[in-house]
Amino acid sequence: MSEPVEDTKKSKTLEDAKAGAALPTLGLKGMLRWAWTQLTSMRTALFLLLLLAVAAVPGSLFPQRPANPAVVTQYIKDHPDYGKILDAVQLYDVYSSAWFSAIYLLLFISLIGCVTPRAIAHYRAVRSQPPRTPKRLSRLPEYGTLVVPADAGIPASRAITDAAALLRKRGYRVEVRDADGDRPSLGAERGFLKEVGNLVFHTSLIGVLVSVAIGGLFGYSGQRILVEGDTFVNTLVGYDQFSPGTNFQSSWLQPYSIQLDKFDVKFDRESPAHFGQPIDFTAQVTTKENPGAPAEKKVLKVNDPVTLGGTSIYLTGNGYAPVVTVRDGKGNVALQGPVVAKLQGDNYYSSVVIKVPDAKPEQLGFAGFFLPTAFVTEQGVSFSGDPELINPQLSLNSYYGDLGLDKGTPQNVFELDVKGLTQLNGRDLPTKGITLVPGKTYTLPDGKGSISFDGVKKYVGVDIHHNPGQVSALFFALLAVAGLVVSLYLNRRRVWVRTGTHDDGRTMVEYGLLARGEDHRLAGESAAIRELFQREWQLGPDAPETSDTVASTKTKDQ
Amino acid sequence: MLFSINETMGQYSELFMLLAAGTYTVAFVAFAWDLAKSSKTLRAVDLKAAAAAKVPVAVGSAGSEAVPAAGSAEARTAGADMRYAAERRAPARVAVALTILGALIHGAGVVTRALGAGRVPWGNMYEFLTTGAFVAVVVFLLALVRRDLRFLGTFVIGLAVIMLVAASVAYWTPVGHLVPALQSYWLVIHVSIAVLSSALFTLTFAMSALQLVQSHRQKTLEAGGADKLGFMRLVPDALSLENLSYRINTVAFVGWTFTLMFGAIWAEKAWGRFWGWDTKEVWTFVIWVVYAGYLHARATRGWTGTRAAWLSIVGYLCVIFNFTIVNQFFNGLHSYSGL
Repeated sequence: MSEPVEDTKKSKTLEDAKAGAALPTLGLKGMLRWAWTQLTSMRTALFLLLLLAVAAVPGSLFPQRPANPAVVTQYIKDHPDYGKILDAVQLYDVYSSAWFSAIYLLLFISLIGCVTPRAIAHYRAVRSQPPRTPKRLSRLPEYGTLVVPADAGIPASRAITDAAALLRKRGYRVEVRDADGDRPSLGAERGFLKEVGNLVFHTSLIGVLVSVAIGGLFGYSGQRILVEGDTFVNTLVGYDQFSPGTNFQSSWLQPYSIQLDKFDVKFDRESPAHFGQPIDFTAQVTTKENPGAPAEKKVLKVNDPVTLGGTSIYLTGNGYAPVVTVRDGKGNVALQGPVVAKLQGDNYYSSVVIKVPDAKPEQLGFAGFFLPTAFVTEQGVSFSGDPELINPQLSLNSYYGDLGLDKGTPQNVFELDVKGLTQLNGRDLPTKGITLVPGKTYTLPDGKGSISFDGVKKYVGVDIHHNPGQVSALFFALLAVAGLVVSLYLNRRRVWVRTGTHDDGRTMVEYGLLARGEDHRLAGESAAIRELFQREWQLGPDAPETSDTVASTKTKDQ
Repeated sequence: MLFSINETMGQYSELFMLLAAGTYTVAFVAFAWDLAKSSKTLRAVDLKAAAAAKVPVAVGSAGSEAVPAAGSAEARTAGADMRYAAERRAPARVAVALTILGALIHGAGVVTRALGAGRVPWGNMYEFLTTGAFVAVVVFLLALVRRDLRFLGTFVIGLAVIMLVAASVAYWTPVGHLVPALQSYWLVIHVSIAVLSSALFTLTFAMSALQLVQSHRQKTLEAGGADKLGFMRLVPDALSLENLSYRINTVAFVGWTFTLMFGAIWAEKAWGRFWGWDTKEVWTFVIWVVYAGYLHARATRGWTGTRAAWLSIVGYLCVIFNFTIVNQFFNGLHSYSGL
C-alpha cells in the first residue's frame, strides 16, 4: 500500500533511532521507546513479512505433527542422525513453534503499532480542512491555466465559487479562501477512503488471526470409521480419534447420531487411461439431532458435508471391511463382524489385521491382505486387478498366544504385535497361508479354531469438525479484501485553484493537482477537471491559452 | 452429474495444442527478429541524428527539448508511456498476427479439451499448463490493445511454447473424469482465479527482469559506457517498467488474495478446515506474503526500484516452484496432478 505518510514517519524513526544511539543512558523508558519505534517502522515490518515467508517454508519440507503424527515418528526413526535435532528445533511443529509464533506475533504488534497512529492521524486529516493553497501551483505535478474572456462576465470571485461547486460535485471536500480578495483560491481533497481501506485491511488481518485463535481454543475435531450399518453417536467415546481445542469441554458435544446406511462408489469405466479410478463417492446416512429427535435421511459426499449439532461431518476416506467369524479352540464364536481393511495400494489392495482377544484357551491374531479382485502372478505375488468386488479374497497368516491387549498400553488396531505370539499359518510354514473367498471357512491347525469369510461390507472414514472461529474468519477475510481493493484502487488527491482578474478584464484561472502516493491517473483527473471548467465557463475544448504545452511538459510522454 | 468422456474430442484437442505450439514458435522467432532488426534500425536513425547534430544549424532550443540528444540515456529506451509509435515494425506485426492465430488455435484446443472431458479444462497438470498458457497469451494480447508491450513478446510467447511442450511431453494425461475431491464448483472459481493471477504475475516477472537489465544498462550508459544490449532500446526505461509492473502486480495480488481465500473456503467444504498448512497452502501463503512484501517495499524508502523488482521475481519463482515441484514431489492434499 502506498504510504505517503511513511516518509515523514521514516525520517522521524531515523531521528529517534539516532537519538537512541547517541544517548545510551536513556534508561528503561527510553530503551522501550526506541525498541517500539524500531518495531513499528516500515522497514522492520517488511523484514518480518519476508522472514515470515521464509519461516513458513520448512513446514512444507518436513512432515508436520498436526497433519500426520505417525509420519513424523517414522521420519525420526528413519533419520537417526538428525531426526531428533530437527525435533528439538520444532521443525515438525513449524506453525506452532516458538520461532514461527514469535515472527507473526512481532509482525502483528508492529502492525498494530503502525496502524494505530495512522488511524489517529487519518481521523484528524478527515476532520481538518484541505491544506493551504501553495504559492506556486505550477510546481505541482499536474498544472494548468484557463483564461475566461472579459465579456463572459465571470469575475474572479464567481470563478472560484463555480470551481468549488464543480469540485464538490465531483466528490471533493472544498474550502474556499479569500473569496472576496484579489486572488481567491480554494483547496480541495478527496479519496480519504483510500487510507480507511488500508487501515481496514490491516485491522482485518488481526481479526482473522483472532478468529483462528478462537477456533483453536473452543473448537474440536475428530475422526471415526463407519462400516455400513454402523452408527456414530457424538460423544467422546464415539470417536476413534479426537483432538479437542485448548479450552474444550466434553459437555459441548451434542449427542446427535449418524448412521451409515449405504455407501456407493462409482468407478471410471470409460476412459482407458483412468480405468478403475473412482469418480464418485456417495454415502446414504440417517441422522438424528438428538436421541429423541426424528430420523432424517441425508446424503454425504466429498465436497458436500453434512452439518449436524453445530458440527460438520466430512467424507474423507473409504474402503472395504470383510466380515469374518472366528471360532476359538472350544468351538465358541469369539469374534463376528466386519474388519476394517486399511488401503495400501492400487485398486483397494488393503491390509487386514484381526485381533481376537476373546478366543479361549489362547488368543488368536490374523494379519494379511484383502483384495477385491484377486490376481496372482506367476511368481506367486498377488495383487488386486480391479477396485470392485469381482473376485474378493482374504490372504492371512495366523497367530496364537498373548495379544498384549491386557497390559493397558494403547495399540494400533491396524498393526499386529507378534512379540507374544506363535505363528500358526504362513507362507513359509508347512501349514501355508490362509486364502479365503466369501462363504468359505478355514480350520486352524492344532485345533485352535476356525475363521470364516462371510462377506464384504464397505466403510467410510468421516472427519467431524467444530470451529466457532470460522464464520468470523471469513467475515474478516472478506473485509480485508474489500479494504485492500479500496486502498489499492482509490486515489487520494488534492486540487487547488486560484483565480485573479487581469488588467484587461480577463479572469485568469490556474489549478494544480497533487496525489498522495502513487497515482497514475492523476493526469486523467487533471484533464477531466479542466474539461469541467471549460464547459462551465463555455470556453470550448481548445481554449486559447498555453497550458496544454505546460501540462504536457510535465509528463514524460514523447 | 457426470458427462461421458469423448476421446475423439480429446484427440482433436491435442492436435490443436500441437498446432498452437507450432504457430507460437514461428511467432516467437518473429518477435526475436523484431528485437534484433528494430534495434539495428534505431541505431541507424541515431547515427543519422548524430550526424545531423554535428551540422551547426540552429535547430532551435525548443525543438531540442522534444528530441532528446541522440547520445543521452533517455533516447536509448522506448517511450515511457508504452503507446504505439508511428514507425512500422513489420516483423512485430507478423509476430502479433501469428500470436493471434496461435491463440485462436490454442483456444480451440482448450475448448475441445473441455468438451471432451465434459467439465472445466483444469483438472490436472496437463490441463493447468495448456489452459494456463492460453490465459497468459490472451492476457498479453489484451494488454497489447492498450499498450505497446511487444517487447515482452519473445518472453511471453517463449514461455507459452515451453508450457505447451512441457504439457505434451512431461505431463500428458488423456481426457478423464475429475476425481471426487475436485468435483466442486470451487474448482471453477478457485483455479480460474489462480491461473489468471499467475498469468499476470508472468507478465510482471518479465517486466521486472527487463527492469533489472534496463536499470543496469541505463547506469552503464549514464556512466558513458558502451551499449552492449542494443535490443533493450525497444524496452521502456526502468522506472516506467517498474510503475507498470506495479500496477499489474496490484491486480494480480488481489487475484491471489482471492485464490487464497476461495481455496480456504473450498478446503473448509472438502476437508473440514479452512487452513491446515498443507504444502500447497504453505506455498500459496508464501507467495502471498512475498508479493505483500513487494507492495510494502514499493512504499519503503530504499526498497523501490531494483529491490522491489527482485521481490517480484522471487515471488514469481515461488509461483513456478509451487506449480511444478510442490505439485509433483511434495506430499499433500493437493496431489491431483494426474501423474
